[in-house]
Amino acid sequence: MSEILSSMVTRVFADHCSDAVALRAEEGEWPEALWRTSEEAGLPLALIETGEHSLGVPVEDAFQIVRLAGKFAVPVPLPETMLANWLLTRSGLEPQSGPLVAVANPALRTDESGTRLTGEIPSVPWGRRAGVVACFERSGMLHVAYLGRDGFSVREGTNIAREPRDRLVFDVDLNRTAVAPLPAGVDGIRLRAAGAALRCSQIAGALESITAMTIDYTGQRVQFGRPISKFQAVQQNLAVLAGQAAAASSAADMAAEAFAEGIRLCAIAAAKTFAGEAAGVAAGIAHQMHGAMGFSREYALHFRTKRLWSWREEYGNETEWSTWLGEGLASRGADQLWAEITAI
Amino acid sequence: MTASFDISFPAVPVSPEADTLRLEVRAFLREWLRDREPIKKAESWNGFDPAFSRAIGARGWIGMRWPKEYGGHGRSALERYVVIEEMLAAGAPVAAHWFADRQSGPALLRYGTEAQRREILPRIARGECYFAVGMSEPDSGSDLASVRTRAVDTADGFVVNGTKLWTSFAHHAHYMILFCKTESGEDRHGGTSQFLVDLATPGIEIRPILMLTGEHHFNEVVLRDVHLPKDALLGKRGDGWNQVMSELSFERSGPERFLSSFTVLVELLRELGPRPDARSTLAIGRIAARMAVLRRMSHSVAGMLEASKDPALQAAIVKDLGAVLEQEIPEIARLLVNVQPDPDSLNGLSAALAYTIQHAPSFSIRGGTREILRGIIARGLGLR
Ligand SMILES: Cc1cc2nc3c(=O)[nH]c(=O)nc-3n(C[C@H](O)[C@H](O)[C@H](O)COP(=O)(O)OP(=O)(O)OC[C@H]3O[C@@H](n4cnc5c(N)ncnc54)[C@H](O)[C@@H]3O)c2cc1C
Repeated sequence: MSEILSSMVTRVFADHCSDAVALRAEEGEWPEALWRTSEEAGLPLALIETGEHSLGVPVEDAFQIVRLAGKFAVPVPLPETMLANWLLTRSGLEPQSGPLVAVANPALRTDESGTRLTGEIPSVPWGRRAGVVACFERSGMLHVAYLGRDGFSVREGTNIAREPRDRLVFDVDLNRTAVAPLPAGVDGIRLRAAGAALRCSQIAGALESITAMTIDYTGQRVQFGRPISKFQAVQQNLAVLAGQAAAASSAADMAAEAFAEGIRLCAIAAAKTFAGEAAGVAAGIAHQMHGAMGFSREYALHFRTKRLWSWREEYGNETEWSTWLGEGLASRGADQLWAEITAI
Repeated sequence: MTASFDISFPAVPVSPEADTLRLEVRAFLREWLRDREPIKKAESWNGFDPAFSRAIGARGWIGMRWPKEYGGHGRSALERYVVIEEMLAAGAPVAAHWFADRQSGPALLRYGTEAQRREILPRIARGECYFAVGMSEPDSGSDLASVRTRAVDTADGFVVNGTKLWTSFAHHAHYMILFCKTESGEDRHGGTSQFLVDLATPGIEIRPILMLTGEHHFNEVVLRDVHLPKDALLGKRGDGWNQVMSELSFERSGPERFLSSFTVLVELLRELGPRPDARSTLAIGRIAARMAVLRRMSHSVAGMLEASKDPALQAAIVKDLGAVLEQEIPEIARLLVNVQPDPDSLNGLSAALAYTIQHAPSFSIRGGTREILRGIIARGLGLR
């Protein structure tokens, strides 16, 4: 990513996402300054590659922004909004201001006339705040519509990081909104994979952050007369932590590339499986190396680790994506296995 | 937050030449390995077959990166990467030329005399000349700098005395690259040098050490008053430690660091058939996911080597994670299918499992133990 973009985004997040902001967000406060500044910087449009609304940043850079969002654990739906605006513009619709979330779930159905959309969707990120971009089937074809905040009721819920994950119950009159067919090459599973690719980058960012925090902490904490990072047992753990973080970062790059190449499913399936697993291993080590300190609400580690434990589930956990990958590999057979792996 | 953490694995650009080469290698291997049994494929880079080495030498797939005037082929690190990963995935018997192609040849290219390069490199590239690596000793394993074997100056060269241990394929090799002391003194790292040793030199005795499987793979190499000519000294006298360390990124990051159990995975898939149960599909997908990411990282290290960067830290990470995966594959496979590991079985999975389960402990020992690699990573993080 260009230095200018990276330092600009870092500044936005560093200035507006202090631990105090993160704590208040856990209690349900919307970090308006953080969101407004991100929006003024154009970040919600970063995935739009071309056209009048494009920021003009390459897809890899947009994913780097998402990684920084994970690194700073920003409590706003920036990745979700980036994806929803991408979907709107790819479908020929206008991007929208404010937080957004794309929802693609077969539980959303149209009636026979194709004008009324109903259904109940659990765990929608920031459902209580975000305008919804819905995907649904109508007369045998997938369509997309911007629903705004009308037409659904919200039952609030959260993930373990206290990020809103709400149950939305839809009852929408589609005559009142623009509906467009989904663009070629995009369907329900690809939208889920796109969400998974974003989570991979967020996970990579959070892992980068907890690794740095853990190196820092173990260099300062003194026991038995020396910094605990001087003990070989601690060093071996830190090496594993760093290895997981570096590998998850490579997995996130793989997912970002796969998104740019038309949402290639197998690469994203592999990346989310890997990143999800690394998230658990790394969070465990980071906590172990922090002792009781990492367990305190005052200390910022948990803002990242709780997100890691949440994000590894969202848009498909290791079981979902590795099963998808494994089914494909098994069906193509033992003698094709290597060719398939090199094609991931 | 003050510590920064950035260990990156840059993406490798796609290369149409490499893709074409891959298909060529695949087609060749399909033909050559048609009747090779799974238990032989499971040997991975321990499979020794001079006929195979000569055949791929004739195709230009050994010494690929070396200059043409030394029998090489002037190709890129990434093209070499494609060739070796295809060979390992297919279970090809690459052992005869393996060390020469991977590290000894490149060392000769850098440090050898012009005469040595002209004489030896083309023979390696033809698949006719094999090398052993003489580093470990009875009292020096992880602590390589503590070697006791010593070369002493004479009027016309050096005299070497000492014992090397675990020397893979020394009984088939023509040469060994010897790592030993040349100076006395306090400097642990400074007093060592590397030598090119013709294993036919009088005074060298090569004794087999059988592995736990009963196979003869490695050896004890005893050197008693072995006279070496002056030009046997490779590189700079006293600089052996640095020379050896600079080889390690090549040695540690290749696809051999995550593909050693690949035959077990292939045979597992064959045994499971096209529609395995949920537990098995999940396991297959999970292994494939990790392999895909490791492959990307390993490929990235090859790209960094091509760009003359020093990816020692990245290489250590690839080897550490790769060994964990290689060791888990047989452990996962054995629980999914009801077969007993049996080296004599006609069932491919049973035989491959028998081989790989017994060899798996070595995956995190050879080429630097798990603990040593993690120590290197810790140093890279600034902790030591
Ligand atoms: C199949 C195979 C082929 C081989 N081929 C060759 C070859 O061709 N040429 C060659 O030169 N060598 C070869 N080796 C030897 C290999 O390089 C050594 O086994 C390796 O360097 C480890 O040394 P060691 O076996 O003496 O173990 P040791 O160094 O004695 O280690 C034993 C245990 O102690 C741990 N340990 C040691 N030091 C530390 C430390 N400072 N901190 C924490 N833990 C530590 C190690 O991690 C290990 O778990 C081969 C080995 C194998 C298994």
